[in-house]
Amino acid sequence: MADEHRFHLAIGSRFENIELVQVVLKDRLRQLGMDEDTQDWVDLAVREALANAIKHGNAQDPEKQVHVDLDIEADELVIRVQDEGEGFDPDRVVDPLAPENIRRTNGRGILFMKKFMDRIHYGSGPGGGTMVTLRKRVGPKTDTPHHPEEGTE
Amino acid sequence: MKFNVRQSGDVTILDLNGKITIGSGEEALRNTMQEILNSGAKKVVINMSGVTMIDSSGIGELVSAYTTATNRGTKLKLANLPSKVSDILTITQLITVFDVYDNEADAVSSFA
Repeated sequence: MADEHRFHLAIGSRFENIELVQVVLKDRLRQLGMDEDTQDWVDLAVREALANAIKHGNAQDPEKQVHVDLDIEADELVIRVQDEGEGFDPDRVVDPLAPENIRRTNGRGILFMKKFMDRIHYGSGPGGGTMVTLRKRVGPKTDTPHHPEEGTE
Repeated sequence: MKFNVRQSGDVTILDLNGKITIGSGEEALRNTMQEILNSGAKKVVINMSGVTMIDSSGIGELVSAYTTATNRGTKLKLANLPSKVSDILTITQLITVFDVYDNEADAVSSFA
């Protein structure tokens, strides 16, 4: 698919900057022919990735940036969100669907990403920090959110 | 996020509108909920019809409101869930925790 859909953004670690990314992201998703429901779910998954990067990765330090890259690889939309933090082990996050955790007030961000994207992967970015990669097949109609996630890579 | 508080008989209705997302004013929502509880309200309905988006942080605020209300002996119910909010409550399994009604009238009359 054409390069014009790609973008790279670097934002300061403020929650209000999430809205800036959303404007650009929504525009691209529309151009890719994604239906509105899927656009909304991808939007939400990216919000969660950005919120985690700002809050946990960069500890809301406005001097630290969050990098967002959108790319198309084969028939997949690929969005990478990278922070400048100390790294993160997703396995240490408790299962938000375990009965004892259902009423917790936090810890659902990764669940949302898994549910609304086809695949997610946590790793280290080139400069350290955490990079989460979100993948979604691009097509006229994709399966969200009622189909189970296909798991992490 | 915008909200409005009104009364329907002895039931307090909190209308939520817009995005319930991180950085959108969740502190204001928490304070408003606190004010409602401090006023002595024992029956509260959150009308979600105007909610355009809710993220995990917003869900956390709803859970917090529910827990705080329950701990203070106040019954909290949700009404008019947009389909995506309903989907999210299903995914998080919170649909089994919250008392959810299709519309405000049903939620209000359920207290009787």
